[in-house]
Amino acid sequence: MVCYTRPWCREYLRTLINVIIMTYLQKSPWIIHYDASSCNGCDIEVLACLTPLYDVERFGIINTGNPKHADIFVITGGVNELNKEVVRNIYEQMPHPKVVVAIGICACSGGVFRECYNISGGVATVIPVDVYVPGCAARPESIIDGIVQALGILEQKKLGMKAGVEEAV
Amino acid sequence: MNPFIAAGIFIILAPIIGILIAGTDRIITARMQGRVGPPILQPWYDIRKLFEKRQVAVWGAQNFFIFCYLIFMIFSGALFYAGGDILLVIFAFTLAHVFMILGCYVSFSPYAHVGAERELIQLMAVEPMIIITAIGLYQVNGSFYVGDMLNHPGLPVVLLPGALLGFIFILTFKLRKSPFDLASSHHAHQELVKGSTTEFSGYTLAMIELSHLYELIVMLGFVWLFFGDNLILCVIAIIVILFLEILIDNCTSRVRWQDALSSSWFVTLALGAGNIFVLSLM
Amino acid sequence: MELLVFLILFPLLLSGLLVFIRNEKTRGLAVIIGAALAGIASLFVLASSFTDKATYYTFPVGYLGLIIFIGDILISGYLVFACFKARQYLSTGIVILQLVLIGIAEFLALSDHSQVHDLLIDQFSGIMAVIIGVIGGLICVYALGYMREYHERHPERSDNRAKFFAVLFLFLSGMFGVVFSNNLLWLYFFWEITTLCSYLLIRYPETDEAVKNSFKALLYNLVGGLFIPIAIIYTILTNGTGYIAINELISAGPAIALVPAGLIAIAGLAKSAQFPFSSWLVGAMVAPTPVSALLHSSTMVKAGVYVIARFAPVFEGQMIGIIIALIGGITFLAASCIAVSQSNAKKVLAYSTIANLGLIVACCGVGTPAALWAAVLLIIFHAIAKSLLFLSVGTVEHQIGSRNIEDMTGLVTRMPLVTMMILIGISGMFLAPFGMLLSKWASLHAFVEAVPPYGVLLVIIIAYGSGITAFFWTKWMGKIISVGEPKTGNESLIPKTEKSILFILTLLTVLICFCFPVISLYIIEPWLLSIYSSVTTMLSLSNIEIMLMMLFLVLVMPLLLTRFRRSAIHVPRYLCGLPETSNAVFTGSCGITREIALSNYYLEKTFGEERLSRISVGAGLLLIIILLNIIIIRGGL
Repeated sequence: MVCYTRPWCREYLRTLINVIIMTYLQKSPWIIHYDASSCNGCDIEVLACLTPLYDVERFGIINTGNPKHADIFVITGGVNELNKEVVRNIYEQMPHPKVVVAIGICACSGGVFRECYNISGGVATVIPVDVYVPGCAARPESIIDGIVQALGILEQKKLGMKAGVEEAV
Repeated sequence: MNPFIAAGIFIILAPIIGILIAGTDRIITARMQGRVGPPILQPWYDIRKLFEKRQVAVWGAQNFFIFCYLIFMIFSGALFYAGGDILLVIFAFTLAHVFMILGCYVSFSPYAHVGAERELIQLMAVEPMIIITAIGLYQVNGSFYVGDMLNHPGLPVVLLPGALLGFIFILTFKLRKSPFDLASSHHAHQELVKGSTTEFSGYTLAMIELSHLYELIVMLGFVWLFFGDNLILCVIAIIVILFLEILIDNCTSRVRWQDALSSSWFVTLALGAGNIFVLSLM
Repeated sequence: MELLVFLILFPLLLSGLLVFIRNEKTRGLAVIIGAALAGIASLFVLASSFTDKATYYTFPVGYLGLIIFIGDILISGYLVFACFKARQYLSTGIVILQLVLIGIAEFLALSDHSQVHDLLIDQFSGIMAVIIGVIGGLICVYALGYMREYHERHPERSDNRAKFFAVLFLFLSGMFGVVFSNNLLWLYFFWEITTLCSYLLIRYPETDEAVKNSFKALLYNLVGGLFIPIAIIYTILTNGTGYIAINELISAGPAIALVPAGLIAIAGLAKSAQFPFSSWLVGAMVAPTPVSALLHSSTMVKAGVYVIARFAPVFEGQMIGIIIALIGGITFLAASCIAVSQSNAKKVLAYSTIANLGLIVACCGVGTPAALWAAVLLIIFHAIAKSLLFLSVGTVEHQIGSRNIEDMTGLVTRMPLVTMMILIGISGMFLAPFGMLLSKWASLHAFVEAVPPYGVLLVIIIAYGSGITAFFWTKWMGKIISVGEPKTGNESLIPKTEKSILFILTLLTVLICFCFPVISLYIIEPWLLSIYSSVTTMLSLSNIEIMLMMLFLVLVMPLLLTRFRRSAIHVPRYLCGLPETSNAVFTGSCGITREIALSNYYLEKTFGEERLSRISVGAGLLLIIILLNIIIIRGGL
């Protein structure tokens, strides 16, 4: 009982608990990037993050092209009829826990094209989105910031999974 | 050393050393590309993260084959470091690879299927050289047992230069580096998505990564066999070879399977077979 | 001795009886009883062979040689008649030439024929007898169910099943004769019986292709068979009739025996379909599957390697032996390469058989005790695994209606038990820790110590070949477990005889791996000791323990399969996100519904049959010519 009063002891216990319940999802987030009828502006900015200038691999982020390997679904563009099913399919093939990051204003709400007959109006109309990164095109710094926030949500979901709370697909 | 203890040390230490080597590999690759690169323990984080994912698959049976792949990979590596017959180690490796390839076939997915076929071509390209290396080492050491080879007082590489060069050539296949990373690659997108590992996820993928690490350590063990008892020379050689592999990986692009197969067989014939043929005449 | 005579005569009598049995049930009963008796008797023969030296028997009956000669004339007469009627003039000529040669041989041998032992029994004969009796018997029983279905599916072909089974048992009798003969004249007679049976059985479907291929097989086997009378005549002319016995030749050593052994080896090469003689075996695949399993993988082609193995002590360290080994090695490599490009399952099995026989021939050509040990093990393991594969392919062919491997996709959902048996059979052919791998390992050990530098040449060939065999076997295995759309099948449609025989063979494939240390210690090594003066220890005990451990693992692991099958959440395949149903059907571009269609790599351009056959037949021909040259020079003719 007495150790709870000592700050170093509290620090030690906090670290221990963190190590036990810590998830490694933060340390090694793999992304899959899909262009759902975007103009490619945001896509270029996403790819710029992988280049030496921004180098997201420092954080362990790898762009796998395969949903079964991925944790973060990075999606650009307002969704149209043809790729509604594709977006849903990719989302379903990703194993839990997973997060969706909508990059660019088109992915958030449809942007300038919201009223068009063929655009659904953003990714949220098809799959649940966790982080919205607005911008046209969204800047690499915002994108990285958004992904870092997604990592926090990912960890929450993992802890929820451990506690038995399942999210609806 | 007691073979069981040696095998046990291998089973525990190999992933650790493998992770450090793989992490350093990624850092050096990143520096060569002008980037900073991930932390050195990144492969450990990757594997550990994969264990936290829910398991999804096309058919559950495919995970069984990957499990067998891991088990037999550990078995062959343990046999190698315990000092067993080198040919049996090679054949146990082939068994492990066949299990992995069967696992890729189960899902009937286009990418995994082509990846599996290319894995088979890689197997076909690599096998002659490895067997010839084993025979060459036998000719120098007079025994097929790895235990005797690891303690050889001389420098087998003096009599086996061609075999070593040929072995380094096929090491590029084994480490899945360009220009021979036909079936699956650690790099980003390739023309087959993730190739043979496309339909695996979660702890199955972690098992594949672990198997690659074990395989790396055994391949470096083969390099050790060329240097016998001289550990310092061996470590220097391993560092040089790994650096060369990373360099070649960054400088070349993937080749077609026809070129991979024919170049590998030609190098095997010219360097490896030539070497052991000359040795047998001496 | 009674057992030997029983094994040779009993199938002969049964064959004569079977020609007249029209009732299917009675025939079935007769076949089962006959097969069982042959199998049990062969096991007794093996048990009786556990002595330190071989046992020889002579027949006090003097005119037995004359009966054999009359048998030769009868067979040749029938063949002349058949070839002439089909206008196969070359074959007719060769048969007549053979008859003339054997007549000369008999005439020369007439004087003191009774000095030579006629029959022999030792451990090697015992092993071959068990293979013929047990596996041959099992295949005959399998043929009961198979042939019934065969005629149901091919009503246009005439139902001559009585003759079919009669010829099968005649063949068994001939094979027993081959492995028990010590007298070369008797060997020749039984050899010709097997050639005749092969011709009759390949011809059975009576289609144009079958007739053509049967005559091709006949021609090649006759050409090979020519060399046995030549060898006999040569032996008699140079050394007298005392040496027309195998035991005499072997104990006399290379000085006397090398030339006849080389000539007989050519006959063996032709019968075991080595290059340049290999095309007859590939063509023989048109015969019904039990014929392919019995003649063309387990038994008759083994007779070819049997004679080469018999003379292996003579070949040790000799140039002739090295050339024979090189022929075997090149055959192994070339046939494995060609098998990569084949999608017809029986052709893959045929080329794989040729390749493995090449490996056995290579071991026999090297001739050291270690190599011969590997050769005998290869013979045993190959006979079991290959017959299992042929019979499984036959069953699958009847159920799915196709022999093409591409049609066997996802067989595991339609016929799970048969798929498992095929998987075990294929693993038995090239994977550690099963038998063939073990024998290949032993042969590598043997080659490195062989005549330098040719041993290393053989090692290089084996190294290349082993990667290639892994390729074509694994892609077949992958094909049958690759599940696109789970189909339900009905394994209860398979005849009971077929299923039970397949099951027994699978069990044998696995059990024989566990028993191999016992077989090696108690059967093969004593035999090697009796032939060679010194025999170094073979595979050490620790390696055996490791192999057994691996075997245990490989067998126990599948118990985890059910746990894994239920462990994952089912998701669709990745088709770049296109939605697909579990039936491997997706909507492609322009809204067209497509099915996923995946086929294996056949690598036609690199491993095409045409091109590689030409090259390898050429190489084989070259080596045979060199061989003949050496033989002629040594023979001083």
